[in-house]
Amino acid sequence: MVSTELGYDQLLSIAFSVPMPYEWSVGVYGSLFFHEIMNHNRFLGVRCPDCNKVYMPPRRLCGPCFKELDELVVLPNEGTIEAFSIVNYPFVDPNTGEQRPIPYTYGYIRIDGADTIFSHIINETDTRLIQVGMKVKAVFREKELMQGNVQDIKHFEIVNP
Amino acid sequence: MPGSVAIVGVGQTDHRSHRPDVNGREMIYEAVQRALLDCELSINHIDAIIIGNMDHFESINYVDTWSVEGSGAIMKPIMKVSTGGTTGASVAIAAYYHVASGLFDRVLAIGWEKNSESDTTGAIITCSDPVWDRFSYSGAIPSLATEASAYMNQYGVTQEDAARVTVRDRGNAVNNPHAHLRKPVSIHEVLASPMLAYPIKLLDICPRSDGAAAVIFASDGIAQRITPRPAWIKACSVRHTYTWFGDVDYKQGLVSLQRASAEAYLRAGIKSPADELDVAELYLPYSYAGLKWIEDLGFCARGEGAGFVEDGHTDIAGKIPVNPSGGVLSANCIGATALLRVGEAALQVMGKAGPRQIPDVKQALATGFGGCFWSDVLILGSGRP
Repeated sequence: MVSTELGYDQLLSIAFSVPMPYEWSVGVYGSLFFHEIMNHNRFLGVRCPDCNKVYMPPRRLCGPCFKELDELVVLPNEGTIEAFSIVNYPFVDPNTGEQRPIPYTYGYIRIDGADTIFSHIINETDTRLIQVGMKVKAVFREKELMQGNVQDIKHFEIVNP
Repeated sequence: MPGSVAIVGVGQTDHRSHRPDVNGREMIYEAVQRALLDCELSINHIDAIIIGNMDHFESINYVDTWSVEGSGAIMKPIMKVSTGGTTGASVAIAAYYHVASGLFDRVLAIGWEKNSESDTTGAIITCSDPVWDRFSYSGAIPSLATEASAYMNQYGVTQEDAARVTVRDRGNAVNNPHAHLRKPVSIHEVLASPMLAYPIKLLDICPRSDGAAAVIFASDGIAQRITPRPAWIKACSVRHTYTWFGDVDYKQGLVSLQRASAEAYLRAGIKSPADELDVAELYLPYSYAGLKWIEDLGFCARGEGAGFVEDGHTDIAGKIPVNPSGGVLSANCIGATALLRVGEAALQVMGKAGPRQIPDVKQALATGFGGCFWSDVLILGSGRP
C-alpha cells in the first residue's frame, strides 16, 4: 500500500503564463469618441431624450430607459474629481501581463456637462494635494502618437485651485 | 403562489489563504459532505444542484460540468449561476426559486473559490470593460476606495471610524472555527497597517481565501421532517444596477442595497429593521462599507453609520449584531462569500452557530454585494411564512 500522507512542501502545482489574444469591438459611438479626441482634443457625450442624462463616453443604450440614443453632444476636456484612490499595492495588469507601475491615482472624473463619471488616471499621488471636488483637465498624447484608445488621454491634471 | 422553502443544512470548509492539498472539486466535496452531515441526508436525497464561482479566478470554465464528482451532481440537474461577488447569494436565491416552484424538494446550493490560483486583482480587472475601464481600473480595492473617499468627503467620516468595523468583525472571527483570519486586531493596528489604496489600508480590506460553502434548501413538509428548526426564507430580493463604473452616483448611497432591502423588508413585514432583525450577516468586503451600507439597509439614518457602530449597536450584545461569524473581513473565498452570509444567517436561526450563536434569533438578514455595486438581500426566519 502507498500511503496517502504527503508533506505540505511536497504538494505540486502547475504554472500557466501564456498570453491569450482577444480583439474587442469599440463600436460606432466609441470610435467617434476617439476620433474626436484625435481631431479636436475634446470629448463627446450622448444625451438620452427620455431622462435627459448625458453619458460620457457616448453609448448606444440608456439602461434605465432601455432606449437607443443618437443625440451626440460635444463636451470640454475639463471636469471635477468625484472620487479617487491612490493605488499603492502591486498587481499583474491583465492588459500587459506585467506589474502595473505604482503608485498611481485612479480618479472618477465628471466631465463638465456630463451626468456620468469617467475613470482615468490623475497625475497627483500626494494625498495632501488632491481632494474630491477639485477641477481637473485632460492631458492628451501628441497627435502623431495617438492610437484611438483611452490611452490617447495621458492623464488628468489638477487645474490650479 | 410560491411554496414555502427552508434551509435545512449548512456546510463549509475551514477557509485558508492557500489549499494546495486539494483541487477545486475536492474542496467543493468537503463543503457538500459537511452540509449533508449537518442535516443527515445523503447525496441521493438531493434533487438538483446550483453551483457558482467566477471562472476567471481559476481560469477553468464550466464548473457545473467538471466538478460533478465533488458536487455530487452525477446524473442530476445542475446549473451554474455566476453574478460576480453576489454569486453566493445568487446561487442561494436560485436554489430557493427551484424549491419554491414546486418542481424540486431538496436543492443543494454551492459557492466556492480558490483565490490562491490567480492574481485576484488581475483576474477582477478582466470583469471591467476592455475599451473604457480596464486601462485605469485596478480591481476591487480602489473601486471601493473611491466609494470611501466620496463617503468620507460627504459626511466627514474618518479612517478611525472605519477601523472600528474591522476591529468588530475580526474580534468576532475568534468565535468562528471556519474563519480564515482569527486573530483580533486593535484600532491602532488597523490605522498603522500599510496603505494599499487611499483610504484603504491592509486591515480595512478582506483577505483572499480558498474555501467552499454548501447550503441545502427543502420544501414545506419535507424541511420540518429533516430538522426540527429549519430556517425559513421569508424574503429575497435582487437589484443589479449598472455595468459601467462611471454610472454609480456615490452621493446617493448604495442604491441597489437600498432598493433590495426595502423590497425584502416589505415582503417580510419589517418596518424597523434594527429593532426587528435579531442578527445580520452582511457582505462587507471592506471596513467603510460597515458604516455606509448599514445606512442603506436602514439600520440608522444617512451619515449616522459611524456613530451607530461606535455606540456598539452592531456589537454581539448590541441592538443589531452584525457579522458574528467575523464576516468577509475574516474570510473571503469569493464565490462562496455571499453564500456564507446566507449559511451563517441560517445557522443563527437554527440555533446551530456554536460559539458565535446570538441568543434566540427569530429573524436574520443576509446580504451579497458584487459586480458594479450590485446587491442581493435575503431574510430568514424561524417561523414558517
